[in-house]
Amino acid sequence: MSAPQDIIHQLQREILQLQGSRPPAPGQAALELGPIKEAFPNKTFPTGAIHEFICPRPADEAATAGFTAGLVSGLMQSGGVCVWVSAGRKVYPPGLKIFGVPPDRVIFMDMHTEKEVLWVMEEALKCEGLAAVIGGLRELGMTVSRRYQLAVEQSRVTGLIIRQQPRQLYPNATVARWHVTHLPGAAVPGMTGSSLTGSANPPLPGVGFPRWNVQLSRIRNGHPGSWEVGWQAGRFHFEAPKINLQEKVLRKKTG
Amino acid sequence: MSNRFLSLWFRHLTTDYISIRRPALLHQPFVLALPDHGRMVITAANPLAMKEGIQAGMAVADARVLVPTLEVLDDDEGLTSKLLRQLAIWCIRYTPIVSIDAPDGLLLDISGCPHLWGGEKIYLHQIVHTLRSKGYDVRGAIADTLGAAWAIARYGRVTPVIGPGEHVNALFDLPPAALRIDPLIAGRLQKLGLDRIHRIAGMARQSLRTRFGNELLVRLDQAFGRTDEPMTSVAPVEVYIERLPCLEPICTAGGIEIALTRLLDMLCGRLQQDGKGLRTAVFKGYRVDGQVIQAAIGTHRATYNAAHLFKLFEEKISALEPGLGIEVFTLEAPKVEDTGPSQKTIWESAGGLLDKGLSELIDRVSNKMGPDRVHRYMPSEHYWPERAITETSSLDEIALDRWSVTRPRPVYLLARPEPIEVTAPIPDYPPMLFRHRGGLHKIIRADGPERIGQEWWIATGQHRDYYMVEDENGIRYWIFRSGHYKGTGPHQWFLHGYFA
Repeated sequence: MSAPQDIIHQLQREILQLQGSRPPAPGQAALELGPIKEAFPNKTFPTGAIHEFICPRPADEAATAGFTAGLVSGLMQSGGVCVWVSAGRKVYPPGLKIFGVPPDRVIFMDMHTEKEVLWVMEEALKCEGLAAVIGGLRELGMTVSRRYQLAVEQSRVTGLIIRQQPRQLYPNATVARWHVTHLPGAAVPGMTGSSLTGSANPPLPGVGFPRWNVQLSRIRNGHPGSWEVGWQAGRFHFEAPKINLQEKVLRKKTG
Repeated sequence: MSNRFLSLWFRHLTTDYISIRRPALLHQPFVLALPDHGRMVITAANPLAMKEGIQAGMAVADARVLVPTLEVLDDDEGLTSKLLRQLAIWCIRYTPIVSIDAPDGLLLDISGCPHLWGGEKIYLHQIVHTLRSKGYDVRGAIADTLGAAWAIARYGRVTPVIGPGEHVNALFDLPPAALRIDPLIAGRLQKLGLDRIHRIAGMARQSLRTRFGNELLVRLDQAFGRTDEPMTSVAPVEVYIERLPCLEPICTAGGIEIALTRLLDMLCGRLQQDGKGLRTAVFKGYRVDGQVIQAAIGTHRATYNAAHLFKLFEEKISALEPGLGIEVFTLEAPKVEDTGPSQKTIWESAGGLLDKGLSELIDRVSNKMGPDRVHRYMPSEHYWPERAITETSSLDEIALDRWSVTRPRPVYLLARPEPIEVTAPIPDYPPMLFRHRGGLHKIIRADGPERIGQEWWIATGQHRDYYMVEDENGIRYWIFRSGHYKGTGPHQWFLHGYFA
């Protein structure tokens, strides 16, 4: 009974490998991504691939930077180095530490124009010794993204591209497209009693931990979805999944 | 070919040097002095002071009796050796082998060099004249042996250039002190009436040894050329330069690339053998029309990887204009550093900061895009946000201070705080809303204040009270009020960063 099922799974895995998604190397720690993992092929975060993060508003860039830093910290666990390429950089290195990225292991390459970023980004993606490359770009077309994808298939570097206020979202060769936006901080319940009783214990003042709404709108061979993700005590914190109608439709479409 | 040696004697080395630096002292007697057993003892006197009878070894107080207007300067003990070293390196233009003859001279092995200047006389004249025009009182002599040249430079009266084989005769009439012997022995010889070398030269070696020790015999032999004298050259820095002449002038990019590859292979082979790597390299092409075209590169870490260096040059080849053709190519590495032997790893791993690929990437980026594009930061012990990081140019540096996470720091920091308009209730409460670039943001939650004082020993200015605030969309800002709450009048509020 289970034999044909096994064969199909086996074949699916082989197809995935042919399409360029490989399971992580034995020594490499898998990212702890909780429920988001279900969305990925092989249930592992696709490393050695290009991910793009769409930031329509300037404020989203900060949220995206935090979320990507969280992802990269997982990739840098074994002493790796990350390269951050951007034009007009605003990233403040000490602010990365809270997301588990040692700022002294990030090499910032500050360019003046987007054209320079494109070249440096490709050179960095070809460099095998890196754990990840984060780039800030406005537009990312098919040609460029395909070049990047070919480069990382060779070097196994993970490329994360933060799209700052893109004008058009053309289809491109990236593996995943993410939207990260801020969520209002969750009220941290008071110290005494149960939080369920509510009014008796007013929540602690303050902004609380960072929280984001993470939407995976496109993932090759996976299932798009949307999650509420927080960052607590040096790791991602996941809240109950919330799937609305739109994503159900999306899921049906992509299979 | 017989050996030829040149000896230079600087009669007033240190005082000349000071006169060159301070020309006002040229016409004034002055001495250099050092404290010794509680009194100032003269170590060097300039010619004017010597004319008045002042000599090295006198106490400054005694000298002042002779010349009341005597200028006394502090001596620097390392100055002599430093000057001699610099002069020796300067002399390398005349011969590759130069050694320092402490305390006041230089010895040059000039075998096979003088004919390039048109003969020994012109050669010597050129050296001495150049040094004199600089302001050094120098005497020089050329002879077959080091000892003879030394003696003629200091005691010779007739001619400074002693022809081949004539040094023995030239030495005969000099006093025994010219043999570079202990002044004590020289004094004893003088006392015994042996005031010329030819009087000693004929004596039995055995009796000379028993009376004056072995040193005299050794010096005598060295001066006459009966034994060899070792010479330690001031190890000149080995120049890493390779030259490639071409049979036909090269005027294509392909030809230039071939020339570059060959030169790189030669240079990198030499560097690898010596355990060195280059940090900068200059590639030059000498064109038929006499012009020189060049391309320069720099690397982030010493390397002898020819393939990588070729990649760095490749970008610049297109900018080279061969014109009518290039006849000679040279490749020079002006800056080299030691490299450790590179070790092959069994397993290729994500290399970290010491990865070769990373430093090569940095080289490529900074060579193509220009300097000041690649940055790496180290923590710095400051609370003031702009000063909490320092830039480092090295990849080897390890963060000694730990990055602090006790205080919230934004992930985005604006290069310059932007002024905002704020409605704040009472002192030290976070604002209720603020307006930034026309947009109104209502503050729902806030943390703070965190007061960061201006470091008065670095800069002056107001302290800042930072608040971390969140608006109705969940966007988090880092804002601050500059200075104290005054009660009246508007306050200076700024937006300084965004939290994730």
